[in-house]
Amino acid sequence: MQKQKLVLVGNGMAGVRTLEELLKIAADKYDITVFGAEPHPNYNRILLSPVLAGEQTVQDIIINEMDWYEQNQIHLHINKKVTKIDRKNRIVFAEDGTSAKYDRLLLSTGSNPFILPIPGAELPGVVSFRDISDVEAMLDASSRYRNAVVIGGGLLGLEAANGLMLRGMDVTVVHIAPWLMDRQLDEPAARLLQQSLEAKGLKFLLEKQTGALVPGESGRVCAVSFKDGDSIPADLVVMAVGIRPNTELAESAGLYCNRGVVVNDTLQTFDPRIYAVGECVSHRGVAYGLVAPLFEQAKVAANHLAEYGIGRYTGSLTSTKLKVTGIDLFSAGDYMGAEGTDAIVLSDPAGGNYKKVVLKDNKVVGAVLYGDTTEGSWYFDLLREGTDVSDIRSSLLFGQHNLGDSGHGDPHARVAAMPDSAEICGCNGVCKGDIVKAIRDKKLFTLDEVRAHTKASSSCGSCTGLVESLLAVTVGGNYSTAPSKKPICGCTDHSHDEVRETLTRQGIKSIPALMHFMEWKTPDGCNKCRTALNYYMLCAWPSEYVDDNQSRYINERVHANIQKDGTYSVIPRIFGGDTSPKQLMAIAQIAEKWEVPTVKFTGGQRLDLLGIKKEQLPGIWKELSEAGFVSGHAYGKAMRTVKTCVGSQWCRFGTQDSTTMGIKLEELTWGSWTPHKFKLAVSGCPRNCAEATIKDFGVVAVDSGWELHVGGNGGIKVRATDFLCHVKTEEEVLEYCAAFMQVYREDAHYLERTAPWVERRGLAYVKERVVDDAEQRKIYAERFYESQKYSQDDPWKARGEGVDAHEYKPMAILS
Amino acid sequence: MQTTNNQQNWVEVGRIEDIPLLGARLVKSPKGDIAVFRTQGDEIFALRDKCPHKGGPLSQGIVHGKKVACPLHDWKIHLDTGLAVAPDEGCAARFPVEVRDGLIYLSLEPDSSR
Repeated sequence: MQKQKLVLVGNGMAGVRTLEELLKIAADKYDITVFGAEPHPNYNRILLSPVLAGEQTVQDIIINEMDWYEQNQIHLHINKKVTKIDRKNRIVFAEDGTSAKYDRLLLSTGSNPFILPIPGAELPGVVSFRDISDVEAMLDASSRYRNAVVIGGGLLGLEAANGLMLRGMDVTVVHIAPWLMDRQLDEPAARLLQQSLEAKGLKFLLEKQTGALVPGESGRVCAVSFKDGDSIPADLVVMAVGIRPNTELAESAGLYCNRGVVVNDTLQTFDPRIYAVGECVSHRGVAYGLVAPLFEQAKVAANHLAEYGIGRYTGSLTSTKLKVTGIDLFSAGDYMGAEGTDAIVLSDPAGGNYKKVVLKDNKVVGAVLYGDTTEGSWYFDLLREGTDVSDIRSSLLFGQHNLGDSGHGDPHARVAAMPDSAEICGCNGVCKGDIVKAIRDKKLFTLDEVRAHTKASSSCGSCTGLVESLLAVTVGGNYSTAPSKKPICGCTDHSHDEVRETLTRQGIKSIPALMHFMEWKTPDGCNKCRTALNYYMLCAWPSEYVDDNQSRYINERVHANIQKDGTYSVIPRIFGGDTSPKQLMAIAQIAEKWEVPTVKFTGGQRLDLLGIKKEQLPGIWKELSEAGFVSGHAYGKAMRTVKTCVGSQWCRFGTQDSTTMGIKLEELTWGSWTPHKFKLAVSGCPRNCAEATIKDFGVVAVDSGWELHVGGNGGIKVRATDFLCHVKTEEEVLEYCAAFMQVYREDAHYLERTAPWVERRGLAYVKERVVDDAEQRKIYAERFYESQKYSQDDPWKARGEGVDAHEYKPMAILS
Repeated sequence: MQTTNNQQNWVEVGRIEDIPLLGARLVKSPKGDIAVFRTQGDEIFALRDKCPHKGGPLSQGIVHGKKVACPLHDWKIHLDTGLAVAPDEGCAARFPVEVRDGLIYLSLEPDSSR
């Protein structure tokens, strides 16, 4: 079959990214031709600032070398500007007459710097800050002249000014507004920024309107004169007052443009054969100038070019960081605070710190940070997720670290200052230098790519925040690492929430049916999505869904925990950690009989039998089952254990019978499958010997009843629980626990512990369902009881009696 | 035990239904453990039951497409070549396998061609 022809006009980041995404999913679909107006291969435009500042070279910022085009059989025409599209015959023409036919056309013509319509704008020595040739012109001027004037005190202008200053020029920034970066910062933050830039040596003229650029004797610009009559000397003028989507070509071809080439959610223009992505585009009335949204567009456009027909681009939320070494600022959303919003502000001008978080209806709608920007990504997460922050308002400004540490409370800002030898990923022993090198050499852009290439953050994930920061520092400061929507895995573009919503609404009750309905890209998924889908099915249809063994991780498939040497561990359930000589003797006898190499107490008050061969499992279980034990589910994303102290039965401080409470809780909840492991504890008094405040559901007895705590974690990141409420009776403890577990089961993403889940959703979300509304609590609890009917069927007993026998023995033993 | 004319020693190890769809079974042999996989399309593959990374038992992994995810550290291995999915590097030895009349035959001589 003859390949279709795809022509890309614009060899920049968005267009080429689209090709990369396309090649990943449909490598042989198109004959591809690329036109680029610049004489360079595809490079990272965001990094022009570090090049100007002398921190990187042009070679460093090339994304795809010439041989990449060759390897992918892409016809590349550099230095050829396309000037005409013949839509009727489907041909594009370049200035020099080169032409190419297309079946699909992708426009990625980027944007043009806005040039002020003032006298002298065309003089030699007046440049913009857009491409490599601008940087070359600036570098040339910096070696020969002294005075530079940058018109425009926005992001780009300040980066240009900083670079020129580092190159030894005397730089003045002229800005029309009363403060710098008025599109991203409020006045107090901008003043701090101005102070520190002044301390570096930059000069500023604010509320100053440029009237004309004045030529000198040589014909080159020599001064800038202002409307108020003042003037200053200038050998180089950089116009950085804004960008305009470059729609010239599209307009000439009769495509509808309105401050950008207008596209729909699949990135198609009004001519459906013609797609457009990047800065030239106007999507739902918005033109984006940051890289993260462009990459999201690229992904969707590629998907449609490959004729997969799934994925829609619905717009992006963006945040901004400034790439000036030594200056940390962050801005997102409504940073000024419109009517109906409240702002929480921390201002320490002497210490160079300013934080403002703008709230509306108890949700974060904007943030400005200057100085310490560590929490920027957290506020951005809260903003994107629409988390209800009413319970953490008073400590919001102190940061996520203050709440606990479950997500990425690490000091991102310090990453840049770390030595290359600093270990970032403790699980896989990956140092900062390794990661930065991989990002540079292999041109990595996303967290997943860094994980694949370096293994950093691919195990426990606790260094994810650090790796994201490194990525931001290395590939460009305004690169937002967080996509607006996170797909479950590479097999689909759908998020966890979309999948759950769809399977419930459509009543889909099998994994293949769901994959078919939601147009999975792979025939049978992968270990990541199948395990998630299996859980979601199980949770949604407890009475009907037939558990898919092949979509279970080995531990859950064989109901034991695989060890490094391929043997397994067996942990029988000991309800509430309350045992007896009889139970202990039974375990001892079984361990002796089967010659169990290691017997160890676990942290959850039970006994672990380690080093058991797979073939032995059903036999051991049979005996354990006969001695009255059931599976401890220590191998599963499931309810694990209820840790208790002795409480009022023995302890002189005990206020309630915590052991009995623990046993009742464990009897209620054992066997339940949850999005991630789920641990409980009950302490008999506020001394809290059972450490209930670092559990998913913790109960602390007080004289007047029981305190309930949720969302704690003692693992990778310690997070103390949030206080949920106080109840009086044991029955209430059980009902609240059931309701809480069910809310978590139905709402959290697969492999999301309660700690990050509570932080993502907000405690208010949980309280609304579990505490505030007795009716809802009962409904949730009922659903939990219902699902427990089907899950409290001991898997060990069944397997001891021969269920799934094929799992435990070889298919053949050859001699 | 059966011998075919291409000089390979084929050993019958079981029926195709003995392996769950998208699953794997273990064959113990004098030459070491071998994992036999069955894909959704009923293709059968055999690899040494040892992940090139840290020796994890591939027969215990999740099969998807023509790949298996090692249960220990989640390396993905191509079933048809035994090669680790890039950027990981490594290889699990591949054993020739044939299905005739629903029966699976295995050769215990690893295949060195790729």
